[in-house]
Amino acid sequence: MNLSQNWIDIAYLIAAVLFVLGIKGLTKPKTAVRGNLLAATGMGVACVITLLHHDIVSYGTIIAGVVIGGVIGAVMAKKVQMTSMPQMVALLNGFGGGASFAVAAAEFYRGGYPDTVGIIAAGLAVLIGAVTLTGSLVAFAKLQELIDGKPLGFPGMKAVNAVLLLGSLLAIAVLVQNPGAHGIFWAMAVAALVLGVLLVIPIGGADMPVVISLLNAYSGVAASAAGFVMGNSALIITGSLVGASGLILTQIMCKAMNRSLTNVLFGVMAEGGSVMDQDEVYEGKIKSTSAEEVAMLLETAQRVVIVPGFGLAMAQAQHAVRDLADTLEAKGVEVEYAIHPVAGRMPGHMNVLLAEAEVSYDKLKDMDAINPTFEQTDVAIVLGANDVTNPMAREDKGSPIYGMPILNVDKARTVVVVKRSLSPGFAGLPNPLFAMDNTLMLFGDGKGAVVDINAALKEG
Amino acid sequence: MDFVAQLTLFVLAIFLGVELITKVPPTLHTPLMSGSNAISGITLVGALIAAGSNDSVLVQVLGFIAVVLATINVVGGFMVTNRMLAMFKRK
Repeated sequence: MNLSQNWIDIAYLIAAVLFVLGIKGLTKPKTAVRGNLLAATGMGVACVITLLHHDIVSYGTIIAGVVIGGVIGAVMAKKVQMTSMPQMVALLNGFGGGASFAVAAAEFYRGGYPDTVGIIAAGLAVLIGAVTLTGSLVAFAKLQELIDGKPLGFPGMKAVNAVLLLGSLLAIAVLVQNPGAHGIFWAMAVAALVLGVLLVIPIGGADMPVVISLLNAYSGVAASAAGFVMGNSALIITGSLVGASGLILTQIMCKAMNRSLTNVLFGVMAEGGSVMDQDEVYEGKIKSTSAEEVAMLLETAQRVVIVPGFGLAMAQAQHAVRDLADTLEAKGVEVEYAIHPVAGRMPGHMNVLLAEAEVSYDKLKDMDAINPTFEQTDVAIVLGANDVTNPMAREDKGSPIYGMPILNVDKARTVVVVKRSLSPGFAGLPNPLFAMDNTLMLFGDGKGAVVDINAALKEG
Repeated sequence: MDFVAQLTLFVLAIFLGVELITKVPPTLHTPLMSGSNAISGITLVGALIAAGSNDSVLVQVLGFIAVVLATINVVGGFMVTNRMLAMFKRK
């Protein structure tokens, strides 16, 4: 069937409006589900109308691709654990980049070569798409612990990256002059695929929230570039919306770690000026406690703040924490959760994990909202969080993490830290919080400790 | 569409995106990411045209790969976002 291009473009406009309304819905938990459905409807409109495009003459390949992709996507979405959401998003970023790569390459080869703008856009879409594809796969492998989460690299890596990037840009310039140079085109694609691997492999596990956000932005920009190639308004608008979203999240994550984007991408953590000796910080000052003692403390508390870190998710302790909070609330204790922006492994991850345990979202407080309230808090329970509670970030100018915004748990009347041992967090630093007068250490498995406290509280 | 019109669209959409997304609360940042992933699967539109054309085998193969990847993005993205948001909805 033939449909005039104007009608197709109007349908794309409707789809774009539905995407914007969909994202607008995501600004409030109450309207978010509807927002997601609106966006999905927009996608449906765009796809159905595209099937009526006059260039589409056969449907066999399309049906096969949609069925295969649809089944894989649905299974992934149903099966994925909430703790593995960062891996899932990393994969989706990668597939998005890969799709833009393939679309731009196909467009490059379709009947006659595009004009100069089209070739530059196709080149950029292939470049960014390929970097997003392999970069995301490396991020996935790191998060899934298929490869070592530690930064990996070799001498001269930055120079190799620079050569790959400049070579790719040069290749695009050559293609503008001579669009028939297929060898150059594919050499550029391979260089970009290698570049994606090399850009992400030196980045450590702790910085993954930044990397995922940035790859999210790349996947949007790649879609936008593909839109320029095809002259397709729907792709341009949607790609730039996604690009903006990824960039904002990247910025938020960098700010939460007090590091610049260039520092995350190319630098290593600043070497600490004053190397703190762990024994010196901890010796003779650590007070160990028991679940019964913590229960007694909680018995008389009026306000308790729970500070979850990724350790809580690793121990699958979300539900146990919710049970403890229920017991406390039944006794009239006010319970809130303090969520640091990098508490999980991607933006908002901890909120999703707690929402899964049916913790009401209005009890999840972000850093700026909760910090002024620690002084009125009787007990702060730190569960699997470490660096984000380290007072050195506030007080010790020589510390490598100085300036990183932290949760001021040390201002609470009593701090209970549930932890297996005194081992350091991602930053590799001792945490003076553990040695403070008002801190009690409850050594053990996070989930077991919470269950024990809850049991003791119910008996008492 | 000429290049300047495309560029206009691109720049304005970025401003719109920044305005919209700064209003999304941190609680919903993970669903925002998976949801924006789903809508970046709009590349599917381009993929469908490439896969359905009677062009060379290379174009159709690239189109097929793009359709599979973009459909995973769209279907997986919207479904997993819906799953997460449903958890936020209940009290």
